[in-house]
Amino acid sequence: MDFLFIAQQTLSATIGVNTIIFALAAIGLNMHFGYTGLLNFGQAGFLAIGAYSVAVPVISFGIPLWIAFLIGIFNSVIFALLLGVPTLKLRADYLAIVTIAAAEIVRQIARSATFNEWLGGSDGITGKFGKDFFALNPFKSGLDTPILRFNANDLWVVITGWSLVAAITFVMWIMVNSPWGRVMRAIREDEDAVRSLGKNVYLYKMQSLIIGGVVGSMGGFVYALSRQSVQPDNYGTALTFFAYTVLILGGAARVFSPVVGAMIFWFLIVFIEQVLRQGVTNNVIPHWLIGINQVSQIRFMLMGLGLMALMIFRPQGIFGDKKELALDAKA
Amino acid sequence: MEIALSLASVTSKNNSSLIGSLKSYCRHFLFLKASSIAILILLSFSSAISLGSSASAAEEAATPTKLYGTISGKDGAPLPNIGVAVIGPEGFAKDVATDAEGKWEVEILTKGTFNLTINQDDLPDGQALTDPTKSTVRANVFMLGVDLRLLFPIGPGVAKASTLERSAQLAVDGLILGLIIGLAALGLSLIFGTTGLTNFAHGEILTFGGLLLYYLSAIIKLPVLVAAPIAVLLGAFISGFLQDRYLWKPLRKRGTGLIAMLVVSIGLAIFLRYFFLFLFGGDTRQLPQYAGQAGLEIGLVNITPKSILTTVIGIIFIILATFWLLRTRMGKASRAVSDNPALASASGIDVQKVIKAVWILGAGLATYAGVIVTVNQGVSFLMGQDMLLLIFAAVTLGGLGTANGALVGSLIIGLFVQLSTLFIPTELKYVGALIVLIIILVVRPQGILGKKERIG
Repeated sequence: MDFLFIAQQTLSATIGVNTIIFALAAIGLNMHFGYTGLLNFGQAGFLAIGAYSVAVPVISFGIPLWIAFLIGIFNSVIFALLLGVPTLKLRADYLAIVTIAAAEIVRQIARSATFNEWLGGSDGITGKFGKDFFALNPFKSGLDTPILRFNANDLWVVITGWSLVAAITFVMWIMVNSPWGRVMRAIREDEDAVRSLGKNVYLYKMQSLIIGGVVGSMGGFVYALSRQSVQPDNYGTALTFFAYTVLILGGAARVFSPVVGAMIFWFLIVFIEQVLRQGVTNNVIPHWLIGINQVSQIRFMLMGLGLMALMIFRPQGIFGDKKELALDAKA
Repeated sequence: MEIALSLASVTSKNNSSLIGSLKSYCRHFLFLKASSIAILILLSFSSAISLGSSASAAEEAATPTKLYGTISGKDGAPLPNIGVAVIGPEGFAKDVATDAEGKWEVEILTKGTFNLTINQDDLPDGQALTDPTKSTVRANVFMLGVDLRLLFPIGPGVAKASTLERSAQLAVDGLILGLIIGLAALGLSLIFGTTGLTNFAHGEILTFGGLLLYYLSAIIKLPVLVAAPIAVLLGAFISGFLQDRYLWKPLRKRGTGLIAMLVVSIGLAIFLRYFFLFLFGGDTRQLPQYAGQAGLEIGLVNITPKSILTTVIGIIFIILATFWLLRTRMGKASRAVSDNPALASASGIDVQKVIKAVWILGAGLATYAGVIVTVNQGVSFLMGQDMLLLIFAAVTLGGLGTANGALVGSLIIGLFVQLSTLFIPTELKYVGALIVLIIILVVRPQGILGKKERIG
């Protein structure tokens, strides 16, 4: 078994592009779920809106990429309003069902042949819509060391992506420690109490939904740009579920937990994947037990079991505070 | 060679795309050991960053691109001997036809735009393109070695049936879909009502039922009529009794919160889904018995005998379940527990026993829903996941936690999904149903039959 290769793959993934995407998705969810108690199961929809908003205007309408980013933020605000207006007055589980349905609506419309001309159908959109972004890339060659390896473009995405994550985390830190953030947490703990103090709970929830959604759509920007391609089926319910896994792993209602959670998540995923894969190719794991194509399935099974175990035995996550978030809704 | 495109998608089959990307990276690294670094950089560059990047010359010569697809009819059964004409740049022209499994493929060696036209005259009666004007699809080959899958969506012969016939057929299809959803939704709703659990792993009970039936009938070779009752009993025991006894009951005793249990059910659903994929593979498989049963023309409607039988049995199950809820002691107790568990417990009802009964009943009904789908459309590991959102939509529509509401909601969703295809493209039918769900929640948040106090 090539342990150096495993280490290189694992460490590169730990700080890699996917970690950035999931960190952004989970920071958004942290705003929704961790601080405000909104059970948004449609985060994948926000990522899809972000991703399509950078790809479609550039490819189909020739709009500059920088304006496409603004369009993406605008669209995610609209999507948040559409989701929020009918559901934010309802109980938590209604919000969960409506948001998951809304995200599926986005995905199915995106992959439908009816809108093939603009959205690319089930094949999605592939093209150099990020060339304005990569034109700014100062790196002529990639990074190739025994422990980390990125090609030039990935290196640029990773550096800008982490800067974005750092900036957003900082803003989040300021926000949740402000009076505004305390109102949010109060809503999570007891909506009626906040209402009796004369606060407009509905408006605060809406702000939370919009802010978290915009951060999620930025995850979509990174997703689309890093691959120069948008595939509708990447934005299925599984993406939302894994973003929740990331959030819960780190511990909800902690500013840094989505980032740390995403790093741990991808460390574990790639590590298990690589070890199993090497084990199977080098006949350490017998073929009758696991075929090479089944490695990914084993890994997803472990993820499912891990999520269950985490929720049962340590619902506050690794860094969470049990007092801060009891992780329960008023039923 | 595969393109590094995607992250984590449950809908992608067998070879989940996250792994696809990792795999392609691995392949590049293996390649490094055998050849020069320059080629590696070019390769990983072109595949990981952009399809449009210049591919190396070595690659062009080595890897032809395959354009391929499967043509299957409205019922999901493959259609053999359908011609597909391929016309491409530099005078490229080739005619192929689908094989017995409805599959076709063309290998091409040049980049460019290819037009693929399906021969509509080859389609059997009652099968036609959902949009007859879209008989030609275009494939842009940017980079060789990247296979492209192309689809010709086939529906219930738009051009060949009158609107009346189509409406009648769709109404029947809708009622059957509504029944399938209803069988599953009843259990989901009862479990939600008595325990407060929003069970995201409920769809997996359907899949498990379908798989049980498949293994009993295709591997152990039992006749379907014997295998189906065994599957339902096994499903009720394993997915109902054992699941509650060894997973949810201990969690309730620990005092795990409702949201935490919801997330546990998501973890369970992910685990089971990939466990089924691991065991069963990514294909949709038909039962060996009654696979190609011919339909009967009854009035305006074409329906297979197996569909009639499974539907009638399903209706009987629903009637029995409703009778159980309304007339028996246990059923009444379950409604009391739904309404107020503490009060029910104080008045001498054994709440744990009621919950056990509800789980067994709910799982048995959902297993039978899986049996109906398997007998009529075949079984795949994604079956339950595909149904889950419709089930949730039905339950929410009727009013969370009300059993008769779940049934009404299911019928509405089933009929709406099918009948909406008269006006909107077939591929968007689920979108229509989900939009209706959201609209109804705005107008009447407690659902059609829900009580007002249930909302937040």
